[in-house]
Amino acid sequence: MSIIDATVAITGMNAKPDNPGPGLAVARCLREAPDFKGRIIGLGYDALDPGLYLDDYCDASYLLPYPSAGDDALLDQLQMIQQHEQIDILLPCLDAELPGMVRLLPALKEMGFKTFLPTSEQLRLRNKDRLPELAEMAGINCPEIKAITQAGFFYKCQEEGWSYPLVVKGLFYGAYIVHSADEAADAFRKIAAEWGFPVLVQTMVKGEEYNLTAVGDGEGNLLGPVMMKKMAVTDKGKAWSGISIDDQPLLDASAALAKAIKWRGPLEVEVMRDQQGHYQLIEINPRFPAWIYLSVGVGRNLPLTLLQLATGRKPTAFSKTKAGVLFIRYAVENIVPIAEFESVVMQGGRNMSTVSGTDNKE
Amino acid sequence: MDQSNENSSVSGSELFPSSDVLSRLAVSESGFVFDPASGHNFTVNETGLVLLRLLLKEPRLDQILETLRDEFDADPRDIERDVIEFVSALRENVGA
Repeated sequence: MSIIDATVAITGMNAKPDNPGPGLAVARCLREAPDFKGRIIGLGYDALDPGLYLDDYCDASYLLPYPSAGDDALLDQLQMIQQHEQIDILLPCLDAELPGMVRLLPALKEMGFKTFLPTSEQLRLRNKDRLPELAEMAGINCPEIKAITQAGFFYKCQEEGWSYPLVVKGLFYGAYIVHSADEAADAFRKIAAEWGFPVLVQTMVKGEEYNLTAVGDGEGNLLGPVMMKKMAVTDKGKAWSGISIDDQPLLDASAALAKAIKWRGPLEVEVMRDQQGHYQLIEINPRFPAWIYLSVGVGRNLPLTLLQLATGRKPTAFSKTKAGVLFIRYAVENIVPIAEFESVVMQGGRNMSTVSGTDNKE
Repeated sequence: MDQSNENSSVSGSELFPSSDVLSRLAVSESGFVFDPASGHNFTVNETGLVLLRLLLKEPRLDQILETLRDEFDADPRDIERDVIEFVSALRENVGA
């Protein structure tokens, strides 16, 4: 057993009940890993991100600027955080921040952050508008998808062979099932306002949703796959409860995807299974899902695997796939003293370490 | 003439979920059944449990009906109808 005694920064502390970011669950996995004895630094974008205030999982917490503030603002803030915390490994957990983080990898490396991320090309390949291309490479089915920039499409799409209901999606987040052109145009405007262009339209696939999470080693192998069937979802379609499964066709399809693009880093494969048992690829997310704690439940601590890879260690051998392990998510109120909230709002963080070598100089 | 005997010449292989699907099912004493591949779960009553265990052991409709006729004091036609209904529901639950 090789103990990792390192400081790890994890983004995505927006653990909101109806649509939680994965960061807090990733921190929880690491905190419970006997092979991890380091510190965890929680990174969020909003002073109300719940994970920032959970001392059981985050030793210190900081706010990051939104991606719209630009690369320089992000690097400045990460530099400041690095001076305080001497972070060894950075684990980004949100789709929207991945392209920026990957672009800034040389600068992050220079600052001392280790990572284990996909390349820009791998990220582009799993973009929602390129899924059919990737699905074909891996030999699995995929619903038709089209990138659009004008809501007028929805009033003439039936002439092009599309039929309602359709799914209208953002490039990074957000999805609406729409049943008419007016509904679709409304969803288009909402998504464009929040996530920009293009907006994606996808044929609706009926069936049950199954997900798989794993870590790609960058050489075409899929490490420690954990498969899950959603048992209950929130209003936003996010898993509220799920059960681990062991399904060879889903595993084979996901392994083929990872092999086709030599995926590097965590990923989540989302598929729909129709009544005939055939899979349709819906999405590939370049990060762990919010339900990643199920990986601990089935004896495969995938965030630990990622940490081992990021630090050049050999991943711990995986136990046999365990089907029939449930998770049931719940919401809890954390009591936060106003001084803690004030620290995040005014100082951009809490429990911040003193910058080494700069204190008590005056 | 016994109608049920005539119908029970069917082997059952075309009615039953495949043996691969049946053998992967986790069946508990309480009647709780879990399919580890699809993630589906469902419950069966005491009679259903007997039938499910028979299916796992002997996937031939004629032999299953014979065993059930020996074990249960019921009209053979009712037994056959119930078995076919059960198998149909089972197929739906395991998606096979």
